[in-house]
Amino acid sequence: MLEPMQKVDRAQIALNVMSGLNKTEATLLQELEALGRMVAAAKEEIAAMRVENVDATHLPAATDELDEVVKSTADAANEILDVCETLENLQPGLAPEAADIVAVCVTRIYEACAFQDITGQRIGKVVNALKQIEQRVRETTGRFAPSAALPARTAPPRTEGERLANGPQAGAAASSQAEIDALLASFD
Amino acid sequence: MDKSTNVLIVDDYKTMLRIIRNLLKQLDFNNVEEATDGQEALSKLRAGNFGLVISDWNMEPMTGLDLLKEVRADARLKALPFIMITAESKTENVVAARAAGVSNYIVKPFNAETLREKIEKVMAHA
Repeated sequence: MLEPMQKVDRAQIALNVMSGLNKTEATLLQELEALGRMVAAAKEEIAAMRVENVDATHLPAATDELDEVVKSTADAANEILDVCETLENLQPGLAPEAADIVAVCVTRIYEACAFQDITGQRIGKVVNALKQIEQRVRETTGRFAPSAALPARTAPPRTEGERLANGPQAGAAASSQAEIDALLASFD
Repeated sequence: MDKSTNVLIVDDYKTMLRIIRNLLKQLDFNNVEEATDGQEALSKLRAGNFGLVISDWNMEPMTGLDLLKEVRADARLKALPFIMITAESKTENVVAARAAGVSNYIVKPFNAETLREKIEKVMAHA
C-alpha cells in the first residue's frame, strides 16, 4: 500500500513523463493505466471471494456424494455376489446340464461385477481432481487474501508405480487385452 | 498345472478380491489368501509359501508395481509367477511391468477365460 506522499510523488512523475510523450505514447500509457486498474479490481474481487464456501462446503459435499456412490455400488455388487454364491452351492444338487448352465451364468455375473472396481477407480480420479481444484483455488486466493492461504505442501517423492498409477483409461488411450498380449509377446 | 498351489490375490477393492477368489474356485484353486495392498502382500509372501501372485496395480501404501519389484529383488521370491490384473492399460504401464519382471498382464475388465489362460501360461513356465 502506497503512503499519501508516495502517491503524490508518483502522480508528479507521471505528469512530468506525460508532458514529454507523443500522442501514441500517451495512449499506450493510458491503456497501461487502465489495465493496472483492472488487475487491481480483479485482485480485490479474488480476495473477497468466499473461498471457505468452496473448500468447507461445496467440495467436501461433492466428494461425500461420490463416496456414497462408491459405497452403494459396492453394497449392490456384494449383494449380487451373495446370490451367486448361493446359486453355486445349489449346483451339486442339479442335473448336470442345469448345473453347467448355472456355472456359466454365475461366471458371467462375476465378470460383470468387476464394474464396481472400474467405476470406483474412475470416481476416485474425479475426487482427486476436485481436491486439486480446491487446493488451487485456495492458493490463488491466498496470494491476494493471505488469511485464506494454506500452508505450502511439499509432495513426497513418488515411486514409479505411483507415478504410473492413473486408473482406467478412456478411448484411444486404453489398450485392449489383445494389444497388451501382442506388446508382451514382442519382448519374447 | 498344480491347483493345490497357494495363491495370493492382492487388491484394495474387497469386491474384486471376492470376484477373483470365486473365479479361482471355479478353476479349482482353493488355497487362496488375500491382501489389500502391496505391503501386506509382501509380508504374507515372506512369511508363507506361495506359488502364484495375482495383483492389482493401483493401491496404497504400496502399488502392485512396487510389490513386483520387491518380489523380484527377494532371493527367495524372485522366481514367483506374478500376474498383474489392473485397469492401467497404457503402453508405458505394460512396458514398466514387463521391465520389472511381470509374468503376465491382464487388463480390467477381464473375463474368466482370460484369467484361466494366463494362469495356465505362467504356471507352465514356473
